[in-house]
Amino acid sequence: MSKSPRLKVHVDQDKCQGHARCKSLAPELFELDEFGNAHEIGDGTVPEGLEDKAWLAQSNCPEIAIEVTEE
Amino acid sequence: MSDTASIMPEHPPVLDWIHDFDHTDPRWTENPYPIWEELRSASPVVHTDRFLGCYMPTTYEAVKEIAYDTEHFSSRRVIVRDVRPEVANPAPPITSDPPEHKPAKQLLLPPFTPDAMKKLEPRVRAICNELIDEFIADGKCDAAARYTKHIPVRAIAHMLGIPEKDGELFIKWIHGILELGIKDNDALMTAIHEMTAYFAGHIEHRKNHPTDDLISTLMKARDKNGQPLSDQHVLGSLRLLLIAGIDTTWSAIGSSLWHLAKTPADRERLVAEPELMPIAIEELLRAYSPVTMAREVMKETTISGCPVKPGNMVLLSFPAANRDPAMFPDADKVVIDRKENRHAAFGLGIHRCVGSNLARMEMTVAIEEWLKRIPDFRLDPTGTVTWSEGTVRGPRQLPMLFGKPA
Repeated sequence: MSKSPRLKVHVDQDKCQGHARCKSLAPELFELDEFGNAHEIGDGTVPEGLEDKAWLAQSNCPEIAIEVTEE
Repeated sequence: MSDTASIMPEHPPVLDWIHDFDHTDPRWTENPYPIWEELRSASPVVHTDRFLGCYMPTTYEAVKEIAYDTEHFSSRRVIVRDVRPEVANPAPPITSDPPEHKPAKQLLLPPFTPDAMKKLEPRVRAICNELIDEFIADGKCDAAARYTKHIPVRAIAHMLGIPEKDGELFIKWIHGILELGIKDNDALMTAIHEMTAYFAGHIEHRKNHPTDDLISTLMKARDKNGQPLSDQHVLGSLRLLLIAGIDTTWSAIGSSLWHLAKTPADRERLVAEPELMPIAIEELLRAYSPVTMAREVMKETTISGCPVKPGNMVLLSFPAANRDPAMFPDADKVVIDRKENRHAAFGLGIHRCVGSNLARMEMTVAIEEWLKRIPDFRLDPTGTVTWSEGTVRGPRQLPMLFGKPA
């Protein structure tokens, strides 16, 4: 039905250093733990309409810790 | 030129940047960008015999390789200096290597999350407006002396739970450590001893009168064995917070205002589109990154194909990495709405600046409040802009005129 494929985001916990760029750019998709390190909200499924934010977060992570996959 | 240059013995002028670079040379202080371009086009890693031997990675890739490589590169010395005395007065976690680094850093992270910064934000907004109230009627000011300098000092004092009026002392110590200390060991030791005595007094007082500030948080922290941190560890971390938290953000706010003063199009865009601010702040951080760190080579290795040998320091220039055109198209232009920006202003890898969320909040609030009250401003053509020397770069004199030109 939808025109674009459904996206999923995932934060690699070994790479994340808590720059928090993803949380700032896409707070609907990422949250931070008590140390300020990021992880995806829920199973990382990107709600329709937020695809651009997923790619934006991915392309601003200094540690290249965010994966965006197409399902 | 900074006052350092007039007091301290001068290094000989640089004649060959590629084989004899010197980040304390007045030309580097004034305008480092063409020098970095020259070094980068020569090699991803250059070397100087100055500072008892020192490398500098010139590309984003080489800076990243070193930042990630804690096996060959130690953080025990984080400032490139003329002398290399015995390692003393550590400031964990910035001077820590694995495995000591992680537990020391974990202790400091919770007080500096974005949510924690939101609680501090109203106080910082008030500080900015109190400062602007003092000079706005004059129609002009030295923005470095009257505005950008005081915001981080008062904010960190507020967090630590020490009087905001002690800020002048902090500024003096930091100047002794980060600028004079490169060439003058006595100035560095005097500043460290005064700072240590000052904080020791605050720690002692809190042993009987606990508070809910950051000093008490550190004193209440327990290591993985349930033991409290030693007074030495607490003192070291407090030294770090003060050294790292002040002239860095002072510089970042100052460079941002300097850019906006001479770039009306960017200024007008930020006034018209305040929602652009978070993206703009990242671009200003990239283009005018204030902080250059250092590493010490512990074991022989190669970086971007270049051999590096123990006994040398490394000038780890995140600012130069952020100007690498292989990583950032139009690297030497400020693109105020740059979409893709993996800048390394706060470092890369395990030593990512613990105060990055604080710095971002202070920068954002400082620029927002300034633009609300003083939407039009320009550099005063009768004044001179001067830049700090060495490890942290930013304007130390920033004369501004308010309003549109007549």
